[in-house]
Amino acid sequence: MQLVTTILIDGLIDASWIFIVAVGLTLIFGVLNILNIAHGNFYAIGAYVAANAVGMYYSGSNPPMLGLLAMTGAALAAAIVLGPLLERGLLRFFYHRDEIVLVLVTYALFLILEDATKLIWGVNPYYAYEPYGLFGNINIGRMNYVGYDLFLVGLAVVIGIVLWLGLNRTKSGKVVLAVIHDREMSSAAGVNVTKIFIVAFTIGVFLAALGGAFTAPKISVQPGLAVMVVLLSFAVVVIGGLGSIEGAAIASLIVGLARALAIHLAPWAELFIVYLVMAVMLAVRPQGIFAPTALRKI
Amino acid sequence: MRKLIWGVLAAAACLSTASFITTPVSAQGNEKVFKLGIVTFTSGPGAESFGTPGWNAANRLVQALNAGGQLPPPYDKIGFGGLKVEVSVIDESGGTTKQVQELRNAFDRDKFDAIIGYISSSNCLAAAPVAEEMKKLLILFDCGTPRIFEDRNYQYVFRNSSHATMDNVAIVRYLQKRKIKLETAAGINPDYAYGRDNWKDFIQSLQKVNPTTKTGSELWPKLGAGQYGTEISALLQTNPSIIHTSLWGGDLQAFILQAAPRGLFKGRQVAIMAGDHVLHPLGKRMPEGVIIGARGVGGPFAVKSALNDWLIANTQKNEPGVLPSQAHYRMTQSVLGLKSAVEKAMAANGNNKPTTEQIAAALRGLEWDTPSGKIKMALGNGHQAIQANAIGVTKWDGKLNRMIVTDVEVFAAECVNPPVGIKSEDWIAQGFPGAKCN
Amino acid sequence: MSSPSVISFVAALTLVMLAVLGKVLPGWCVFLLVTAFAKGLAALGLVLIIRSGLLSFGQGLFYCAGGYGAGLLMLWGGVNDAMLLVLAGGFVSLVLGAVIAPLLAGYRSIFFATLTLALSMLAHGALTKADFLGGSDGLNLRPPSFLGFQPASSAEAVYSLYLFACVLVVACALACKVHFNSVRGLLSLAVRDNEIRVEYLGSSVKRVISENFTAAAFLGGIGGALNAIAVAHIDPELAFWTTSGEFVFVAILSGYLSVSAVFAASIMLEFIRSFSSQYFPNAWQMSLGIFMLASILFLPNGIGGLLQRRKKRLEGSKIA
Repeated sequence: MQLVTTILIDGLIDASWIFIVAVGLTLIFGVLNILNIAHGNFYAIGAYVAANAVGMYYSGSNPPMLGLLAMTGAALAAAIVLGPLLERGLLRFFYHRDEIVLVLVTYALFLILEDATKLIWGVNPYYAYEPYGLFGNINIGRMNYVGYDLFLVGLAVVIGIVLWLGLNRTKSGKVVLAVIHDREMSSAAGVNVTKIFIVAFTIGVFLAALGGAFTAPKISVQPGLAVMVVLLSFAVVVIGGLGSIEGAAIASLIVGLARALAIHLAPWAELFIVYLVMAVMLAVRPQGIFAPTALRKI
Repeated sequence: MRKLIWGVLAAAACLSTASFITTPVSAQGNEKVFKLGIVTFTSGPGAESFGTPGWNAANRLVQALNAGGQLPPPYDKIGFGGLKVEVSVIDESGGTTKQVQELRNAFDRDKFDAIIGYISSSNCLAAAPVAEEMKKLLILFDCGTPRIFEDRNYQYVFRNSSHATMDNVAIVRYLQKRKIKLETAAGINPDYAYGRDNWKDFIQSLQKVNPTTKTGSELWPKLGAGQYGTEISALLQTNPSIIHTSLWGGDLQAFILQAAPRGLFKGRQVAIMAGDHVLHPLGKRMPEGVIIGARGVGGPFAVKSALNDWLIANTQKNEPGVLPSQAHYRMTQSVLGLKSAVEKAMAANGNNKPTTEQIAAALRGLEWDTPSGKIKMALGNGHQAIQANAIGVTKWDGKLNRMIVTDVEVFAAECVNPPVGIKSEDWIAQGFPGAKCN
Repeated sequence: MSSPSVISFVAALTLVMLAVLGKVLPGWCVFLLVTAFAKGLAALGLVLIIRSGLLSFGQGLFYCAGGYGAGLLMLWGGVNDAMLLVLAGGFVSLVLGAVIAPLLAGYRSIFFATLTLALSMLAHGALTKADFLGGSDGLNLRPPSFLGFQPASSAEAVYSLYLFACVLVVACALACKVHFNSVRGLLSLAVRDNEIRVEYLGSSVKRVISENFTAAAFLGGIGGALNAIAVAHIDPELAFWTTSGEFVFVAILSGYLSVSAVFAASIMLEFIRSFSSQYFPNAWQMSLGIFMLASILFLPNGIGGLLQRRKKRLEGSKIA
C-alpha cells in the first residue's frame, strides 16, 4: 500500500514538473504551428535569471515567501525581452515557409542560444536554493517529501486552470482559439493575427522560463540544461496531441506515472520509458490524446 | 541587388576557405616551440565540473612553465626543456565523428606536437586508434574505461592517470577497513557506460570482500536528468545500508540538493565515487558524513608537498578561495608527465627537440612526481599509469569555512590497481590476486 | 542532357576530378570530405522522402543501423573489405526500413516526423543499454581493406578511403538522378502536390511512400557504414536526434531538386563546423546556428534551387 501511495505521489510531482516545463511548447505549436526546439533554451535562461534574482533577493532582508514572486518576475522579464524580439526579429521571416523549415530555424536558434547562454553566464554554477526550504518537509505515510515539490503540484494546477480559462472563457482567448483553428479565416474576419502571434509566443517563452525558474532551486544551474528538457517536452506534447493544453496535462500525468512506475518497479527501463510511451501512443492514436480536428484541404 | 549579395558572399566563402585550407602553420618545423593541444569540454554538461577546470589547469601550468623557475624542482626549467609551449584548447563536445575529424585536423593541419585530452570514454576509445594510425602523440587524461589499453597495444597513446577500476576498489577497501555496515548495497548511477561500469566494479568488489552483502535497488537515471525525486523515494523506501553513486557534475549536485532535505544522508551511508569536485560549489549544502573519493590523491586528499602548495597557490591566484579538484590534478599530472618525458628525450637527443618516437620511448614506463603523488606508467606495456587513491568522509570545518575530509585512508597504487597481465574485470572477479596493500 | 551515355560520361569525369582533388588537398581535408560524403548519403535518402512531401526526423536510426551492421560484421564476422561492409550496412538498414515502412506509411507531416524520431531514440536507448555492444562507449573497428588492398600508411589509408567514398557517392548519386527523372520518381512529386489526385489516377500513395522510405533507409545505412569504417568507431550517438537533425539541415539546405546539391550542402556544413571550431572554439555552435539561419533565409529553395534557377535562365535565354 505504501508503495502504491509513493508511486502515485512521485508520479504526480514528476508530472506537475513535466507539465510546467512542457505546456509552453504546446501553446506555441498550437498558435504559431512551430515545433520549437529552442524551448529548452528558454527553460535554461529562465533558470539562470531566476538564480540571479533569488541571489539578489535573499541577500537583502526581504520576506522569504515573496522570493517566489522574484522568480516569477525574472521569468516574465526574460520572456518580455526575448519573446517579441525573436518573434518579430526572426521567426516571422519564415512563416510563409514549410513547417519543417521552421523546426530547423528553431534548431539553429537552439545552437545560438546554447552558446549565448554560456557567453553571458559562464560555465560556473548558479544556485537558487533558498526557496527550496520555504515550505519545510511533509510526511505522507512513512515517506518524507519536500514541501516545495508539493507546492509545484499546486503551481502546475494553477497554470493549467489559468491557461484553460484564459483560452476558453475570455474573449481574447476565444480569438486565439479561432486563430489555432484557422489562421486565414480569422485574419479575414478582422483578427490581428500578428498581435496574437507575438503575445502567444511570448507567453510560450514565459511558461518555459517559468519552468526553468521554479526548477532552479533544486538543481545546479549550469551549461547543458536545455537538451534534456526539449526531448521530454516534445514527447509530452506529441502524446497529448499537438497544441492541446488538456492533452499536455494528461500526457504529463501519463509520463510522470510511467516514470515513477519504472523507477520503483523496473529501474532499468527508465532510460527509454518516455520514448516507449510515445511510440506506443503514436502507434495507437497518432494524433495524440486530444487532437484538434484537422481539415483536409483538397 | 540579390546577385551582388550572392557575389560578395561567394567571394567571401572562397577566400575564407582558401585561407582556411592553407592556414599558415606557425610552429611547423619550429624547433624552439612545442605545440600542445588540450581537448576538453568547454560547452555542455561536462564543462563546469571537469572541462573548464582541466583547461584552466593546463593553461595556467603552461604559462608558469614558460615563465620559468616558478615551479619547484625538478620542474623549474623553462617550458619543456627550454622549448616554449604553445597551448590551445579544442572543445570535446559534438560526438565521436567530430572528435576524430578535429584530432586529424589538429595533427595534420595545425601540427600539434602532442594532444592531451578527453574526458568522455567514447571519445578516448575513438581517438586512440587515430593517433596511432597517424603516429602522433596522444595523452588521455580523465576518461575512465580500462578497455583502452586492455583491448589493444599502443605505441603513441598514453594515459598519464589511472583508469576507473581503482576508484571503486578503493571505496570497497575503505568500507571493509572502517567496518561499515554492509547488509544491502544500492546504487544510483547514470545510465551510460561510465555509470554501468562503476556500479559493476563496485558491487562485484564489494561482494568479493563481503559475500553476504545483498544487492538493493539499482537505479539508472538518465545522464543529465536533473530530477531525482522518484529515485530518492525508491532509496528511502528500500532503505539500504549503503548507497553507491557515480553521478557527477550538475547531476550529482542536483541529486545532493534534492536528497539532503529528505534525510537520505542520515541513517545510511552514501558513497560518492568521485565527489571532491562538488565540495567547493556546494559549500555548506554538501552533507557531512558522506564517503567520497577524488580519483586519486588530489583535491581535499592531496598531501602537503612543495608541488601541491604551488598548485593550490597558482589556482587561488586566479580563482580566490577555490581548491583545485579532480580535473586540475589529473591535468597537471598529465602535463608534468609529458614535460618529464620531453626533457628526458631531449637529454638523450643532444638537447635538440625530440621526435614523437623519442618522446614516446621516454614516457613509456616513466615515473614522475606530481601534486597528487608519484605516478607510474605500470600497465599496458608502460602506457597506462597507476596512482595511489584516497577515500575519506566529509566534514564541515568552521574555521576554514569549507568542507574538508576526515578519517582518510590512502591506498597504495598496487593495492587498488590490477597488476600487469590481467584485465580489470578478471582481477576483480578473481578477488584481487597480486594486490599489494600495506 | 539525360541520355545514359552522357550521364555515365559525366559520372566518370566527376570521379576522375574527385580523385585528382583528393591528391591535391591535405589529408585532414580529404578526411573531412569522407565524413561529409557519409552524411551526404544519409541526407540524400532524406531527400527521397522529402520529395514525397514527408520529413523523417529519425534518419539517424538507419545511419546507426548501417554503422552497427558494418561494424559487427567486421568484429564478429571477421570481414575487412570496405565494399562488403558498406553493402552489409546498407542491407541491414534496408531490411529494417522495409519492416518499418508499412507501419509508417499511414502517417503524415509532424506525426511522421515525431514517430521516426521516437523510433530512433528508442534505438539509441536500447544500444546504450546493450553492454555487450559497449553501451554508450561503443566499439572500435579495425582499419578496412579495399578489394584486397591494405593501406600501409596513414596518408594511404585516408586516400583509399576517400576514393572508395567517391565511388559510393557517384554511384548513389547516379542512381538517384535516374530515379528522380523516372516515372516512379516523378510520382513522388505528384504525391507531394496532391495525394488524392494520385490515388484517383490509380497509383498507391502508401506504396510510393513505403518505397521511398525503404530506399532512404538503404542510403542511410550506406552512409552510416561509410562513417563507421572512416571513423573506425561506432556508438549509439549515431541514432541520437541531433544526428538526424543534421541530416534534416543538409536536406533542407540542398533542396529536393538536385542530387549534387545534397553533397555540396553536406560538405559546406562540415567545413563551416570545422572552420568555426578552429576560429571560435567558444562559440562554434553559435556560428553554426547563424550559418544555418542565413542559408535558410537567403536560399529559400536550397542550393539545388539555385542551380535549377541558373539552368532555367540559361534555357530561357536559348529559346529567346
